Amino acid sequence: MSVADIKSLTADEVAVGDELPPLLIPVSATTVVLGALASRDWRPMHHDRDFAINRNGVKDIFINTPNNAAWFERYITDWTGPKGRLGRMKFKMSSSVFPGDEMAMSGRVEKITIDDTGCCWLDLSVAVSIDGDVSTSCQTRVAIPKDDKDNPWSRKADQWQP
Amino acid sequence: MSDEIPEIPQDVLDLIGKPLYQEETEFDIEMGYVYNTLAAVQNGNPLYWDKSVAQELVGAQIAPPTMLSVWFRPHYWTPGFEGERTALQSHFDMKRMMDLPEAIISGNENIFGVPVKIGDKLRTHQVIKSISDVKKTRVGTGRFWVINVESVNQDGEHVGTDIYTCLGYRRPEQ
Repeated sequence: MSVADIKSLTADEVAVGDELPPLLIPVSATTVVLGALASRDWRPMHHDRDFAINRNGVKDIFINTPNNAAWFERYITDWTGPKGRLGRMKFKMSSSVFPGDEMAMSGRVEKITIDDTGCCWLDLSVAVSIDGDVSTSCQTRVAIPKDDKDNPWSRKADQWQP
Repeated sequence: MSDEIPEIPQDVLDLIGKPLYQEETEFDIEMGYVYNTLAAVQNGNPLYWDKSVAQELVGAQIAPPTMLSVWFRPHYWTPGFEGERTALQSHFDMKRMMDLPEAIISGNENIFGVPVKIGDKLRTHQVIKSISDVKKTRVGTGRFWVINVESVNQDGEHVGTDIYTCLGYRRPEQ
């Protein structure tokens, strides 16, 4: 496969206020455990239901923060394509995500800037909601190409200012 | 209640701004964990699945940026080690040294630098950036502290910073 064969979002295709396509993810115990182990998070509240209930006082095992970040990254780069390069992410966790929940991922373009080096940045607000309530909100900055020839991944040293 | 939270001990104040827990990754960055992470979130980004795309875009196979903290979590067990091995050790030090039995991570920000390539060896250190005055929150009374985890690769290039805002506290009955 060549990069030319793959669609990547470019600056001229985005406007402030654009919504990212919604994504629904049914969560099972496997979802939680896969994410915890892939992120090398061995803490029992992410794989041991008895521990989660009796020690943490919650209703079940729950998705860990690094896995939450991986879901956000997947959601954002599904939209930007492979040339999208994350610069920053800031989380606010309000509640946990448990087996049986359905994560509804949403996002919005808040700001578009071109920095001094010519890099195009999108400031996005993204969120995971459960039954309409935001569980985790995330402010993120992602670089996308200005045009078909640009590639944010080629930026090095002071050309990369996240 | 806030009167019961002691002053910040001098040995804690002395740690602010100093590099702590300088460590190397326990193994070279490897693709197996990348595939596990991609599979766990059904991430089909060809940048990670297709070597030719990675080569064309970045010049090497790389790991997703959000995996940065993954590389510094200790193995669950290693020969000769007894007790629990924890990441973000300075956070647990703050709890213990300020006698705040409960703690949560109340915020997390990641800044991503040079891409992490397969085969890289990463180094990290933690810096306690600040400790707040005594605060009363809905979970209890205590202090917030901010810890930066700075990471570089084998060439000394900045690969990322994790910024943790933590709350150590005592519940009302404590």
